[in-house]
Amino acid sequence: MKIAVLLKQVPDTETKIRINAGASGIETDGVKFVVSPYDEFAVEEAIKTKEKTAPGEVIAVSMGPARAVEAIRTALAMGADKGIHIDDAGLQADGYVTARVLANAIKNENFDLIFCGKQAGDDDASQVPSMVAEFLNIPQVTVVDKIDLGADKKSATVQRSAGGGAKEVYELQFPALISCDKGLNTPRYASLPGIMKAKTKPVQSLKAADLLGETKPLSVAVNYRLPPERKAGKVLQGEPEQVVKELAKLLREEAKVI
Amino acid sequence: MGNILIVAEHQDGKIKKVTQELVTKGLELAGKISGQVEVVVIGHGIQNPGEIGAFGAKKIYVVDTPALEKYNTDGLTKVLADLIGETKPQVVLGTASSIGKDLFPRLAARIGAGLASDCTSLDVQDGKLLATRPIYAGKAIIDVKYESAIQLATARPNSFVAQSVGGTAEVVAKALDAGTLRAVMKEVIKGKSDKADLTEASKIVSGGRAMKSADNFKILNELADVLGATVGASRAAVDSGYASHDMQVGQTGKVVNPNLYIACGISGAIQHLAGMRTSKVIVAINKDPEAPIFTKADYGIVGDLFQVVPLLTQELKKILAE
Repeated sequence: MKIAVLLKQVPDTETKIRINAGASGIETDGVKFVVSPYDEFAVEEAIKTKEKTAPGEVIAVSMGPARAVEAIRTALAMGADKGIHIDDAGLQADGYVTARVLANAIKNENFDLIFCGKQAGDDDASQVPSMVAEFLNIPQVTVVDKIDLGADKKSATVQRSAGGGAKEVYELQFPALISCDKGLNTPRYASLPGIMKAKTKPVQSLKAADLLGETKPLSVAVNYRLPPERKAGKVLQGEPEQVVKELAKLLREEAKVI
Repeated sequence: MGNILIVAEHQDGKIKKVTQELVTKGLELAGKISGQVEVVVIGHGIQNPGEIGAFGAKKIYVVDTPALEKYNTDGLTKVLADLIGETKPQVVLGTASSIGKDLFPRLAARIGAGLASDCTSLDVQDGKLLATRPIYAGKAIIDVKYESAIQLATARPNSFVAQSVGGTAEVVAKALDAGTLRAVMKEVIKGKSDKADLTEASKIVSGGRAMKSADNFKILNELADVLGATVGASRAAVDSGYASHDMQVGQTGKVVNPNLYIACGISGAIQHLAGMRTSKVIVAINKDPEAPIFTKADYGIVGDLFQVVPLLTQELKKILAE
C-alpha cells in the first residue's frame, strides 16, 4: 500500500506567542518548532497501516521553509520511508494555495491513503485536508479517531467525532484522505536507531512556486494581534459555606449568567 | 448588491440555535452590502424550516431528499455548489461544527472561494466580508480579507446573540441532485450524555488533574446537571485517564466559548487558558492560591474542590429553584 502523510511544522504548544513588528505574523526568533500535534497522530497511523498491510511505503510530505525538513526527519525517524519537502520561499499562501501545492506535489504518485492532522497547530483552520481531497477528487473523512482496515486492504470502516461525544461511522473505499484526531493512537517515540537511519533516508526537494500553476490566494491574513488581556477578578475569602453563597449571588446578580 | 446565504444546521429534525445566531448576524451584514439573508436547509424531514424567517431570513431553500438524511460531504458539496451557482450569493456562512469544518473547505475548493474558518466576529469592509478569527488556539487573533468574488466563513457557536425580528420568509423547495456519494455514513453512535457539545455549550464545568480519578468527576456532573452545563476536562485530566479525549478543553482539545466556565482543580497551563479565554465569565476553584488560572478568572475560590463543589451544587440548586 502506498501511503502519504501530510505534515506541518508549527510552534510547540508551550510557546508564548509574540506578534512581529509589522503585525504580519508572529515573532519566530527563539521559538521551538515541532511536528503539529495532530500530524503526529497521522504519522503514527500511516506507519501502523503500512506495518499491517506490508509491503508498502510511507512518504512524509511537508511544505514550509528549510527548517520544515526537521519535521520530515522526525517522521522518517518514526518509520516513514521517504520525504518530500516543498520549499515555500516567496509564497503567499492561504489554505487554498497550500492545498493546491500539496495536491499537485502528490497527484501523480497514486497514493492509496493520505493521512493528515485534523487541523494545524498554528492557524487552526482545518481547511487543507478537505481541500486536498477535493483537488485530488477522492473521498474524505475528517476528525477520525478509529480506523478498522478492510480485509481487502482497499477499504476501511472509520469513525469520526461528531460533537457531544457522538461518533459517526463511515464506509470508505480507497483511495481516500483521512484527517486524524487525538485518541486515534499514541504516537511512537523515534528510537535511536530510527533517528540514525532517518539521516540516510531520501528527502526530495520541490519548490512551491513550480507546483502552484495559476493558483492565487483567495484570502489573506492581516492585523495579527494578541487577544485582550483578561484581568484577574475577585478572589472570595472566608469559610466555604459562606464563599459559595457569595459566588452564587455574584453569578446571578453581577455576572447575570445563571 | 449581494445576498448572504446561510447553511442551516439541524439535529433531530430541528434547526439549531447556532443557525439563528448566524441569521441575526447575517441580517446586520446584509444591510452593509444591500442584500438579503437567505437560508438553505439540506436534509430529510426537517420540521418547520420557515420558522427561521422570524430571525430575518427572506428566503428559505429546502433541499429535502432521503439521500441526504445523514450528512455526506460529497452530497452537500454538490448541492451547495449548484445552489450557489444558481442564486449567486456574495457571502456564504456556516457553523464551525463537525459538519461545517468538514464541508466548507471542500466547497470553497470546489467553487474557488476564499474561506475563513472558526470566526468569532464578522463585518464588512470595502464591500467585502471581513472575518476575525483566533489562531494558536486563541493565543493570537487575525483579520481575514478576501480576494474572491464569493466569500465563505464558518463561525464559532455563541459568537453572536440570536434576535427574533418577527419576519416571515418565502419557503422554496429545491430539487437538487446529491450526485454520487462516496464515504457513506452507516450509523451514528450517540454520546453518553445528551448535553450540548463543548464547542456549543453556554455553560461548562471543567475538571483538572486535582480531580484525582474518573469517579470523582461525578461531583462535576452533579454541578453541571444543576446548571445545564457540559462537563469538560484539562489535558492533564485526560492524559491521566480521568476523562475522555472529546472532553478536553484547550490547544489539542476543544476551544470553547461559553457564557460561564467553572474550572475545578485546573492550574491553568498556557494551552488550557488559550482554549477557554473567550468565556464570558470564568470561575476558578483551586487549592493553590498561586495557580495561574486565578489571573484569568473573574471569580476565584481558594479551597478544596471536594468541599467547595458539592456546596456550590447545593447552593445553586437552592437559588435556581427560587
